[in-house]
Order: sequence, then structure tokens, then C-alpha cells
Amino acid sequence: MNSKKISRSLRIWQVLLLVGLFAFWHVATHPSLVPPFYFDNPHKAAFFFGQPLEVAGRIWNWFSSGSIYAHLWVTLLETVLAFVIGTVSGLAVGLWLALSPTAAALFDPYIKAINSMPRVILAPIFGVWFGLGMASKVALGVTLVFFIVFFNVYQGVREVSHTVLANARMLGASERQLLRHVYVPSAMSWVFASLHNSVGLAFVGAVVGEYLGSSEGVGYLILQAEGTFDINSVFAGILVLTAFALALDWLVTVAERRLMVWQPRSGETERI
Amino acid sequence: MRVAEPALALEKITVTFVGEGTARYTAIRDATLVVRPGEFVSVVGPTGCGKSTLLNVAAGLLAPSTGEVRISGAPLVGLNRKAGYLFQTEALLPWRTALYNVTAGLEFRDVEAGEARRRAEDWLQRVGLRGHGHRYPHQLSGGMRKRVALAQTLILDPEIILMDEPFSALDIQTRQLMENELLELWSANRKSVVFITHDLEEAISLSDRVVVLSAGPESHPIGEFEIDLPRPRDVAEIRMTPRFIELHTRIWQTMKDEVLKGYEQQKNQ
Repeated sequence: MNSKKISRSLRIWQVLLLVGLFAFWHVATHPSLVPPFYFDNPHKAAFFFGQPLEVAGRIWNWFSSGSIYAHLWVTLLETVLAFVIGTVSGLAVGLWLALSPTAAALFDPYIKAINSMPRVILAPIFGVWFGLGMASKVALGVTLVFFIVFFNVYQGVREVSHTVLANARMLGASERQLLRHVYVPSAMSWVFASLHNSVGLAFVGAVVGEYLGSSEGVGYLILQAEGTFDINSVFAGILVLTAFALALDWLVTVAERRLMVWQPRSGETERI
Repeated sequence: MRVAEPALALEKITVTFVGEGTARYTAIRDATLVVRPGEFVSVVGPTGCGKSTLLNVAAGLLAPSTGEVRISGAPLVGLNRKAGYLFQTEALLPWRTALYNVTAGLEFRDVEAGEARRRAEDWLQRVGLRGHGHRYPHQLSGGMRKRVALAQTLILDPEIILMDEPFSALDIQTRQLMENELLELWSANRKSVVFITHDLEEAISLSDRVVVLSAGPESHPIGEFEIDLPRPRDVAEIRMTPRFIELHTRIWQTMKDEVLKGYEQQKNQ
């Protein structure tokens, strides 16, 4: 009961902090509430930092008029596609290379090179290859997600306990059964460990792709607003994106809890 | 009358591990070990004498450098399909519940799922884990996990059971309980058992025969002792009997020097 009380008061403080932050933002950017202490013109602060009430108004307008849904849908679809394609291909290639040392040795320097390349720079190239539609954003997201999943699977397969493997062999598992019942579940636990990262990066891929050139999506909205110095819309777009990123992260947490019941959680002691 | 083929025969086994460059380590040299059908044989020896290596050769997990393994007279190629292996360390599939760990072997053999489940539940009950089938390995205690592992191996009804210090990680009470349970399960359906341990008391109280290995490297059997203690046995009580103490003294005489040798070698490494 005591810990419940603590977590409730913690929650209250978190909300208060948020309210305080917005209040400060409001007071500091309002032309008449405080005398201008940095800018010579009282309207300049609002021009550079926007105003929370205006921002809230933009968000309200987007949702009440329904104009944002099409953009959100596009961004979300790009994120999900990038995430799914990146994860599946990362899983497949990771398993393949981890189980065939010759191929792994052959591709090793290339994988290192591609991974250390700043891949966001590929966005303009993808724009040329796949056009300004969704495909180029998905492609960018895939390159970001793929490597995270790939390295985790690669690591996961190589760290399968030798005893567990020998045990499954002695119990009569064929090579295919080993893959299905030992390697893949073991790799999946590593994939899940990286899921928060990879969903976030799929989102980054989609938004950055849109920002660099597109005709729809939340990234496009932000780009448009920036072009007309509409700083309030830029902030509104950022807030909407943040909310959706949090929602995606929460979904991952739910999926993780469901699928990874076999793993000991922290706080739960592991008996050996 | 024809003498039955031994269930497991290791003939003049030598195992040499290749190290970096020209480094070689011969763990076992010219080791011969024969196990009759239905016989419980323990292999004891000082730490690091290659007991587990010998067991891995018998399981087919490790190919010997020279020598031959015969299973019921037939030379062993690849994995030993007639053997079940109980490992020293954790070997359960951590992502499967106790029940599905027990069904694993049946599943690999394409036994129908409902049938596999029924048999696994029966086995869980036999090892005293009724009602624990839905738990994951990390939710079970060490003793419970050993029981699951035992059920997982025995459900396949292997001709030969290989055990590598299976109870060494357990506390002494749990250990004696498990030893008694093992004897009970074994006597209900006598299979050949090779039991590796460094604990001489455990070896004597469980086995029909105790084989003593010399200290490594180039370990080999240096003594064999028939254990003529009456069955059924209680592993805790039998330790108090005069015959047990007599056998213990005799085997310890052989083992003592090797244990000291093994200890010296480890210290000097």
C-alpha cells in the first residue's frame, strides 16, 4: 500500500512538472505578462518559441477538422512497414550469418562498413530511387531498423547456451528443429530487448524521410509550417509526434510483457 | 549360453584436444569402460580428470581421437540416439514451461501433441511436480529444475542414461531426496546408467559398480569395485552400514593419491 502511495504522489509531481513547464513557456513568451528581458520587441519571444495556447489551438484544429488523420496515417504506416520489413529481414540475415561462419567471415567487413556509415544520408538517394512517396521513407526506416535487429540476432544465436543446445540434440532435435526450438526463441529474446530502439528508429526514418521531401505525413506538415515561419505549427507537430512515439513505445512494452513471460524480471530473484 | 552384449562399451578411448598452435592436451588415454544392460556404474575421480569428457564421448557429442564406442555391439556414429543425458548445468529450454520441456523430446520425435502432453503430465507427477507444469524454469527451485530435467530425459525411455554430476549443485538434503528418487525410478525400469560424480559416497550408495579414474591429464581407469550392497537402498541410511564403510575405505585408498595429485596440478597451474 505504501509503495502505491509513493507511486501516486510521484505521478502527481510528474504532472505538476509538466504543467509548470507549460506555464513557464506561456509566461515567458506572452507579450505582456513579463517585460521583455532579452529581446528588444515583446513579440519576438513568441516568434521564436511559439506560444503554448496557440500550439494547443493548432493541435485542436488539426484533430477537430480531421485534417491531421491522413498525415498521421501515412507516418504511422511508414513506421510500421519499416519496422516489420526491417525486423523480419534482420532476423533472417542474422540467423543465416550466425549459423554459417563462412558467410559471416566473408561479409564481416562490409557489414561493419555499412553499419558505421551515417545512414540518414541515404535519404536523398532513396528519394531519387523510390520517388517522393512512402517507399523512400520505408526504405530509410528499414536501413535503420535492420542493423539493430541483425546485430542482436547475430549475438543472440552465438550466445545460445552450449548445454541447452547439447541437451536439445540429445533429446533428438534435428537441425531444423534446433533452429525452430532453440536458435529462434533465443534470438527472439534479443530482438525484444532491442524492440524499443528499433520502433523508435523506424519512426525516425519515417519522419526524417518526410522532412527531406514528401507531400504527406507529419514530417511534411512540420516542413510546410517551417517554410512559413509558423513556429506554433512546428511545435504542434513535434508534440503530436512525441505523443505517438510514446504510444508506440507503450505498445512494445505490452507486447514484451505478453511474449517474454519466460524471462526473469528484475526484482524477481532468479533461483539457480 | 550367449553372453549379452554390453549396453555401452568404450574401448581404448583417447581424447586429445587441440589448443592454439602446437599445444595439445590429452584428457583421456586408453580408457576402457564397459556397462552391462541394466547396470548402474559410477565413475569417480578428482576434479579435472576428464570424467565429463568420457561421458561426452559416450553420448556422441565428442568424437574420440582413437578408440571405439559400441552401443549394444554396434559402433557409434554421430550422436548416441539410445542415450539420454542429464547435464550438470542448466539445460532446460528457458522459454518453455516445465510441461513443454518434458514434452520436447516427444515433439522432436513427432509424437502427437495430446499424447505427448498426457505422458508428460504423468512424468511430472512421477517426479513430484504435479501442478507445476505451467511454471517456467526460472520460477522453479534448483531441485525442481533437476526433476524436470530428469523427467525430460526419462520420458524418452533411453536404453542408456548418462549423468554428469547432476545433483552437485543441490544442497545435501535435496540431493539425498533426489538420489533416492532416482534409485526408485531406475529400479522400476532398469536401464544402464553411467553416473559421473566426484563424491565417492554418492557413487557407492547409488551404484552396482564404481570405476575410479586417475588424475588428468591422460586420465584412465585405475580401479573397479563391485558394490554388493543390497537393494532397495536408502542413500542416507546405507552410509551407516559397516559394509559401506568397508567399501568406502577400500576405494578411498585407491583414490586418495589421485585426488592429491589432481589438487597439486590445479594448484600449480
